[in-house]
Amino acid sequence: MKFDDEPVPGYSLPILPGHVSPGRLERVLRAGKFAITTELDPPDSADPAEVLKRAAIFDGYVDAINATDGSGANCHMSSVGVCSLLTRVGYATILQISCRDRNRIAIQGEILGAAAMGACNLLCLTGDGVQAGDHPQAKPVFDLDSMSLLEIARTMRDDCRFQSGRQITVPPRIFLGAAENPFVPPLDWRPHRLAKKIAAGAQFIQTQYCFDVPRLKDFMLKVNDLGLLEGPDRVFILPGIGPLASARSARWIRENVPGVHIPDNVITRLEGASNQKEEGKQLCMDILHQIREIPGVSGAHLMAYRQEHTVADIIEQTGVLEGRVPWYPGRDNPADLNPESPDALQGTLEQNP
Amino acid sequence: MYRVRRWVVRHARFFERIYHAFEPMLVRLAPLFSRLGYERIEAPVKAVEKGVKGLLFDCQMCGQCALSATGMSCPMNCPKSLRNGPCGGVRANGHCEVKPEMRCVWVEGWEGSLRMKHGNLIHAVQQPVDFRLKDSSSWLRVVRQQVDQAREQGQNGGAE
Ligand code: SF4
Repeated sequence: MKFDDEPVPGYSLPILPGHVSPGRLERVLRAGKFAITTELDPPDSADPAEVLKRAAIFDGYVDAINATDGSGANCHMSSVGVCSLLTRVGYATILQISCRDRNRIAIQGEILGAAAMGACNLLCLTGDGVQAGDHPQAKPVFDLDSMSLLEIARTMRDDCRFQSGRQITVPPRIFLGAAENPFVPPLDWRPHRLAKKIAAGAQFIQTQYCFDVPRLKDFMLKVNDLGLLEGPDRVFILPGIGPLASARSARWIRENVPGVHIPDNVITRLEGASNQKEEGKQLCMDILHQIREIPGVSGAHLMAYRQEHTVADIIEQTGVLEGRVPWYPGRDNPADLNPESPDALQGTLEQNP
Repeated sequence: MYRVRRWVVRHARFFERIYHAFEPMLVRLAPLFSRLGYERIEAPVKAVEKGVKGLLFDCQMCGQCALSATGMSCPMNCPKSLRNGPCGGVRANGHCEVKPEMRCVWVEGWEGSLRMKHGNLIHAVQQPVDFRLKDSSSWLRVVRQQVDQAREQGQNGGAE
């Protein structure tokens, strides 16, 4: 989709009436387009070029890129670092903040810092337990939970106040998101819990991996019955999807990654295929087609960990963007930017002091 | 104790009723409490509260009890101390992501809330914990809050 006020890299869009952020993701969603978001695997390095290289894989296929915050409780480059690098060249980012590693003082400071660096979207997460990652000996913080984090972020934005009540002079203009997992117990509570997240401030939702479409359908029906998909406070739901590499890796994920529900029939289908990797991709495309048809689904969150190159194919072959080419650095003017060249970065900074 | 606290959640309605009878009783004792001085009685009351709630709920003395809004399942036993419902890591069998041998505190809480008369309190967003209140008596706090509230209402009523 092309707006008549497309961004100059690093510049924010004007905030439209009824919108809360100057970001492209909110615009695409509120315009009723099927939005695609994805996740960038942050490097174990301090090299900015590495981040830009990993983002460029998605050029032209995604509306926003999630910068994960120590996902799986493993240590990587910080989400604020990744977001800052990406927004400098114009990418739309979704800043993930998990409650596991920081208390409310650190988190609120981070929200201001990230918004100042051009992050327009914030995904509020509880975070995986430290036992799941590479530093199981670390202190789990959990000063807040995802719900209170949402509420605090909303207060910062709408009431210009920290949780302490102290005033913020220029509030962070952020579109607020949260995660939900409709696939794990207590299943009958999940739609109500979503309502609670919306009451706390959530405006978009990215779900855990969906490999069980009927369960998602059930969830969406109940969400719709609760009236959460209408009105000015409506929520936009982007189910999580992704290609499985093989039956073996599917089994491993099911056993070891918290919260991923993979039904047996998925594993049987992969096992029966001659090329399991191809089948995994095909399965992901099938699921994408199916969720697209579910009333109330506003897009998809494509997580292709270590298979990032498949994103382009999956989007291309399913045609879910309907010919739309989401903005990326250099889309309209190739000379504009070559994300890998430091000169280009320098240029952006000079243009946008 | 894990077994006791699971038994309590299975009888959440009963404990809800007990608490509803107990709270006004406490509030009625307010004049006595203030004569003795809240600071002086904090320690003994806290000890009793800790003993009773520790036994029944595995209470962690966060000082801002939310049991009536959590299906009588103490949220501070959640390894992530979540106060607003389960994380996304709950196992298919309803057990905890972090401690696989334990049932998720919030799966328990949801079941408890379905048994309670005012179980729908579980849908209200809970404020984050105030860590200054840790290891203080939640009972005495409730009493003081109620007394203050009554006084404010009285004053407002008088002014009208
Ligand atoms: S599974 Fe339940 S008890 Fe365990 S961390 Fe998550 S919410 Fe807490």
